[in-house]
Amino acid sequence: MTQSSVLSEHFPAVADPRPVGGMNRGLLHSAGVRFAVIYAVLLALSAAALALFLWWATAGLLDRQTEASIQADAQSLSERFAAGGLPALGLTIEDRLTQDVEDDAIYLLIDPAQERLAGNLARWPQTVTQTGAWYELPIERAGMRSLALVQSYNLPGGFRLLIGRDVHVRARLRSLLTDALLWAVLVVVVMASVGALVVRSLFRHTLASVSATATAIAAGDFAQRVQLSGRGDEFDQLAETINDMLDRMARLMEGVREVSNAIAHDLRTPITRARARLEDAGLHAETVPDLRAAIERATADLDGIVAVFQALLRIAEIEAGSRRSAFAQIDLAPLVADVAELYGAVAEEKGITLSVSAPTHLPVYGDRDLIQQALANLVDNAVKFSPAGGAVRLSTSVTAAGVDIVVADQGPGIPVADRARATERFYRGEIARNTPGSGLGLALVQAVAQLHGGNLRLEAAEPGLAAILSLPGYDEPSLPG
Amino acid sequence: MRILVVEDDKDVGGFVVRGLKEAGHVVEHADNGRDGLFLAASETFDAVVLDRMLPGGIDGLRLVETLRAQKNSVPVMILSALADVDERVRGLKAGGDDYLTKPFAFAELLARVEALGRRSKGEGPLTKLVVEDLELDLLSRQVKRAGQKIDLQPREFRLLEYLMRHAGQVVTRTMLLEGVWDYHFDPQTNVIDVHVSRLRQKVDKPFPIPLIQTVRNAGYMLRAESP
Repeated sequence: MTQSSVLSEHFPAVADPRPVGGMNRGLLHSAGVRFAVIYAVLLALSAAALALFLWWATAGLLDRQTEASIQADAQSLSERFAAGGLPALGLTIEDRLTQDVEDDAIYLLIDPAQERLAGNLARWPQTVTQTGAWYELPIERAGMRSLALVQSYNLPGGFRLLIGRDVHVRARLRSLLTDALLWAVLVVVVMASVGALVVRSLFRHTLASVSATATAIAAGDFAQRVQLSGRGDEFDQLAETINDMLDRMARLMEGVREVSNAIAHDLRTPITRARARLEDAGLHAETVPDLRAAIERATADLDGIVAVFQALLRIAEIEAGSRRSAFAQIDLAPLVADVAELYGAVAEEKGITLSVSAPTHLPVYGDRDLIQQALANLVDNAVKFSPAGGAVRLSTSVTAAGVDIVVADQGPGIPVADRARATERFYRGEIARNTPGSGLGLALVQAVAQLHGGNLRLEAAEPGLAAILSLPGYDEPSLPG
Repeated sequence: MRILVVEDDKDVGGFVVRGLKEAGHVVEHADNGRDGLFLAASETFDAVVLDRMLPGGIDGLRLVETLRAQKNSVPVMILSALADVDERVRGLKAGGDDYLTKPFAFAELLARVEALGRRSKGEGPLTKLVVEDLELDLLSRQVKRAGQKIDLQPREFRLLEYLMRHAGQVVTRTMLLEGVWDYHFDPQTNVIDVHVSRLRQKVDKPFPIPLIQTVRNAGYMLRAESP
C-alpha cells in the first residue's frame, strides 16, 4: 500500500491530464494578445513623443525666433525714441520699412487721437488693448489679407506703438508640419496594430510546440519532445529545460516500471515457495512437528519477502530525496570504526582479515543513518564475497571534494561488462546467485550516494572488487536537482 | 504485567492478545481509539501496544498525544504499517516509547513490550549490575564472574551491560543492534550472533553454568537456568 502511494506521489502531473494549451481562452487572458497590445501602445507612445519633439524643435523654434526679433526691434526703437523723440521714431520706422527686404515687418505709430503717424498698417487693430501681450491677428496690408504676430507699447503723451511680423508664411509652414506629424501618428498607429498582430502570431507560433508537446504527453505519448528552433535563444533554452525535465521523468518512470517488473519476477519466487510449503504441509504433513516445521519455514520465507519490500521502500524513500532534511555536518571516522568493529568479528570468523585505515577526522555533510547503512552494505558485501583467508581493506581519505571511502575485497569481483548494471535493483551477478542476498545492497548505496551529491564507483582491485563511495564535505552542501 | 492492546484488526489483535496472555500477562483489548483512550486514561497499565491507524475518530498518534498531555507516562509501543523513517520519527515525537513496523514477529513484539514495562518501573541510577555470580561495575567498568576478573572490549562491555539490564527477558537481535550499536536497519549477515558468541567465550565458557541463553526464533536471554 505504501509502495503505490510512494510511486504515485512522484508523478502527480501525469495522473492529472489537464489541458495545457489554453490558447483558445478569452482574448484578454491570452498572453499573446497582452504582449501585442503592450507592443502597440509602446510604439505609439514613442512615436507621439518623437512627433512632439519634432514640432517643438521646428514650428516652436520659428515662433520663438519671431518673438525674439520683435523684442529686439522694440528695444532699438525705444532707444531711438529716447534719443530723438517722436520725429526720430517716425523716421526710423519709415526707414526700416523701406529697407525691409523680406517685406514682413509691421509697424504702426498713432497719436492719442488714434491717427496714424508712421507705419504700414491703416489703423490700430481693435483687439490689441494690452501692452506686453502677444496677439496673433489677421491684418490687411497693401490690399492683401495676411496674418501677423504683434505686440503694443505705450509711449509718453498717449502715443502708442505697434510692432509685429507678418507670419503668414510661417503659419502655413506650421500647419503643414502639424498635418504631416498627425498623419505620421496615424501611420504609426496602423503599423503598431499590424506589428501587434505579428508579435501575437510569433508568440503563438513559438509556444505552439511546447503546448503541442505538453498536450501529447498529457494524452499519454511520453516520447514527444519540444522542437528546437536552432537559434539558441531564450525559447530554445526553455525548450531544452523542458526536454531535460521530460527526459528525467521518463527515466524515473522507466525505473518505476523496472522495479514493478522486478518485484513481479523476483518476489514471485519466494512467494511461490512459501505458498507451496504451506499447501504441501496442509495436504501431506502427517505429524504436528512436520506441520510446525513447514509453517516456520514459510514464515521465514515471508520475512525474507518483507525484508525485500522494506529495502525497496527505503531506496524509493531515499531517491525521493525527502530525507535531505536530516542532513547535518557529521564526522565519518567513528562511523567507519563502528562498521569495522561490527563486521570485524564476522570477518575473523570466516578467516578474513579486515583492515581499516582512516584519518582521525572525516568531515561529511549528510545523513548519519543512511551513510552508516551504505557503509554496512559495502562491508557486508566485501565480507560475504571474500574467500576464506582473504583480506578486506576499508580505507578512507579526505579529498578536495569531500571524503572517499574505499572498500576492497579479494573476491571474484564483477566483470567490467556488468559493473554499470551492478547498482540496479535486483541485479545479481552470476557468482552472487548462490550467496544469500536480495540484490538491493548496492542499489541502496548508489541511492545514498546520489542523494548526497556524491557517487559510487566500482573498480577492479586485482584481484576482487573495489567499491569507492565519494561523499561531499562540509564546505559544499551540494543539493543536486 | 498489565498490558493494554489497542488494535482494530481482529486477526492481528487476537493474535497479539493471545500471545501476551500465554506469556503470562494480563491483557485488556480495545478495538478503536475512543475506547482505547478511555481505558488507558482511566486504568493503570504497565505498557500499551497501540496501532497507529484506528477507527473511532482518534488515531494512535492522537491517543498518545492526549495521554502525554494528561501527564500519563505509561510506556507506549506504537505498531504501524507506516515504515518510513519520517513516520517513525513522528511516532516517537508524539510520545511513543518504541515503534514497531508491521509485519512483525510476535517474539519481537513480546520482547520489546516486556523491556518497556520493565523500564517503567524505573529503579534509580545503577552503579552495579548483578546476575547470579556475574557482576558488572558501571563506574569502574569492570566485569567479574565468581570473583574472577574478565577482560572485555568496550563493545563487549556494552553488549553485556544491555543483556544484564534486561536479565530474565528476551532480547532480540534488532534490539541489540539498536541498543548497543545504534543501528536502525537490519544488516543481512547475522553479525549479532557472532558478537554474542564471542562474548560467550569470555563470560560463559570458563564457568560451569552458562548465563547467555539462545531463545529459538527470538533472540537471547541472560539468566541462570536453561530455558
